Amino acid sequence: MAGVIQQKQTSSGVHPLKFALWLIIISIIMMFAAFTSAYIVRKEEGNWLEFDLPDNLLINTVLLVLSSVFMQLAYFVAKKDNINQLKIYLALTLALGVAFLIGQWEAWGDLVSRKIFFGGSDANPSGSFLYVLTGVHGFHLITGLLYVLIVLISAFNFKVHSKKMLRIELCTVYWHFLGGLWVYLYLFLSLNH
Amino acid sequence: MASTDISLHKDVHHEHDAHDEHDHHDQHFIFKYIFSQDHKVIAKQFLITGIIWAFIGGALSSIFRLQLGWPQATLEWLEPLLGKWIEGGKLSPEFYLGLVTMHGTIMVFFVLTAGLSGTFSNFLIPLQIGARDMASGFLNMLSYWFFFISSIILFFSMFLETGPAAAGWTIYPPLSALPQAMPGSGAGMTWWIVAMAFFIVSQLLGGINYITTIINLRTAGMSMTKLPLTIWAFLLTAILGVLSFPVLLSCVLLLIFDRSFGTSFYLSEIYVAGEALSNVGGSPILFQHLFWFLGHPEVYIVILPGFGIVSEIIATNARKPIFGYRAMIGSMLGISLLSFVVWAHHMFVSGMNPFLGSVFMFLTLIIAVPSAVKVFNWIATLWRGNIVFTVPMMFAIGFVSLFISGGLTGIILGNSALDIQVHNTYFVVAHFHLVMGAAAFFGMFAGVYHWFPKMFGRMMDEKLGYVHFWLTFIGVYMVFMPMHYVGIAGFPRRYYSWTSFDLFQSFANINMYISLAAIIAWLAQFIFAFNFVYSIFRGRRASANPWHSNTLEWTTPVLPGHGNWPGAIPAVYRWPYDYSKPGAEDDFIPQTVPYSETQSSNLPHDKD
Repeated sequence: MAGVIQQKQTSSGVHPLKFALWLIIISIIMMFAAFTSAYIVRKEEGNWLEFDLPDNLLINTVLLVLSSVFMQLAYFVAKKDNINQLKIYLALTLALGVAFLIGQWEAWGDLVSRKIFFGGSDANPSGSFLYVLTGVHGFHLITGLLYVLIVLISAFNFKVHSKKMLRIELCTVYWHFLGGLWVYLYLFLSLNH
Repeated sequence: MASTDISLHKDVHHEHDAHDEHDHHDQHFIFKYIFSQDHKVIAKQFLITGIIWAFIGGALSSIFRLQLGWPQATLEWLEPLLGKWIEGGKLSPEFYLGLVTMHGTIMVFFVLTAGLSGTFSNFLIPLQIGARDMASGFLNMLSYWFFFISSIILFFSMFLETGPAAAGWTIYPPLSALPQAMPGSGAGMTWWIVAMAFFIVSQLLGGINYITTIINLRTAGMSMTKLPLTIWAFLLTAILGVLSFPVLLSCVLLLIFDRSFGTSFYLSEIYVAGEALSNVGGSPILFQHLFWFLGHPEVYIVILPGFGIVSEIIATNARKPIFGYRAMIGSMLGISLLSFVVWAHHMFVSGMNPFLGSVFMFLTLIIAVPSAVKVFNWIATLWRGNIVFTVPMMFAIGFVSLFISGGLTGIILGNSALDIQVHNTYFVVAHFHLVMGAAAFFGMFAGVYHWFPKMFGRMMDEKLGYVHFWLTFIGVYMVFMPMHYVGIAGFPRRYYSWTSFDLFQSFANINMYISLAAIIAWLAQFIFAFNFVYSIFRGRRASANPWHSNTLEWTTPVLPGHGNWPGAIPAVYRWPYDYSKPGAEDDFIPQTVPYSETQSSNLPHDKD
């Protein structure tokens, strides 16, 4: 990244950008910790609409977990300098990520068709919270997809290989985190419905 | 101050390292001074923006103190400045609330968060740990410019027709969530939220950079227990920020949805402006929980850099090692940890479960323990030291005084039973202004006077510095001590006018006194502003180490370039507090001096 003044080694042994990524992940975790604890506090107060989660959330979860698997495979083949497979795996990661987002969009459509709205006079916080959790996660997933896209383009330019792993390494960490975050949210929502 | 250049051990690390490429001298003006990635320039940008904000914040408080001190006076003479906010010679009550809100927001976030840790974390972290720059200069630059955008938005929100946000800096819903509730909840509130969103991004970028730099880029020999206490303070400040600001973002996001998208997270069964709202099921207390989960760590984000700066300055100017170095670190760790489990003491009378109140009261009162450890250690460091009363030292001692005075009332306010009487009164105002407002300002002043020679290569004028110190110190006590009395009597904060309450008529004189002192103290800050600007251009030239200090930043040239050290980065051999070590030649031994060169003063365990 521009502006990084190179120092020969770091005092923690970790690349500074990887360290910074972990801190970004922690701050995102804090956001969702706030949302999910607000969810629990608010639910305890009553006046809470009970409804079934959209059915396709489970399929979406499987899609996202699969994309994480392909991301990990991409990381392994990049280490072995297998650039052709790397491109395929990254493209699959990207495609499954986009499929997940489309699936989430359809889940919203399902909710609307059952008259569970985000806002307005008929809305209950239980429905609004579902939109907020999926929406904010979706926003972060878009940033992850952009990152995967950047790595894919770099792969086409032969800028990802066994001697140049930082970019794909950070991308893998971030993508697994986004997948894990969704699994947490899905389990959280399932247990609270 | 001794102006002789002692330039100790300059010869130690001067061989040129051919691998360091720091030829930034021919950079274009725009990249050198405006869109700079050099941490020292970014620090100055934060400092100067912070100073401008502090004057604006102070001016706002002077205006509302005019209203409180002289409620019968006509303020027509302010019309050229405030325009139609003066209605018939009177300050508009709506605008009064806007003033209070903006004063709080500006001071807490823009001055004492961004201005304070933005300046000193940026300036001191790479210099004191021995790094060329921050881990990512680019993100660091972005951090400043997000802050700048946020500043511009907040500044211009004061010129909106409906006025700035007016729900208090804590923006409690439903007041802040319903544009029809009052003029200030309209566009002003929207701009406030947008400004804060940019501000949070700026703080996260900055904080992530500070932590990464401290953990990863320390020079050889700089273990965590050889770090100056300033760096420990900045590290913990940044950790608190990274953990708490995202929660504020979540909290504000839900508020945005309530304001603009018709959700009911915080709203329930409200009748406003002749209309019953359809919102059902929201909880305003939920907002308070989320807000104060940030809000309480935030007050430590404000005060922790002060802890660090003051520890460093007191040790340097008392010419003694800091008393209880590890206890200082431990108490800061303790305070940081506790800061996350005390938030509900801001909500004792909000309708929260009283049992929960007892739990939070217990946790809150524990904070007195690490705070007392810190105060004890500062005083023990001063005890029998060869104190040099430099201007930064005066401010550092002033900090300790204010922290004690303000901290003692914290023990009273932390009691959920006593809080029933004093909540939302001027007692609270007096408490937090002393302990985190004025104290943090004193930390900031101490830091500016102390590191000014390293920032600008010149000294600030001492005589003006002493005048500034005494006027500010006396002024602050004259403002906030009387406030305790009106507060105990039940005088409520944020009230535009109190003259219709017979109970409070007897406080007219004391209010006038407070207002007078506040305005004088604010005017005294112009002495500082003059001194600051004048000294940048005309101050006495500084030596490389004017205070005879031990830390690494004083081993750099008078004006360090991009990359900080012209040669290799110096290695570190000892802790930063070897002042007046028995047997040593000088009364200070910089961190870069190996034990092998100081045989006469080594203790049995002092080995390289």
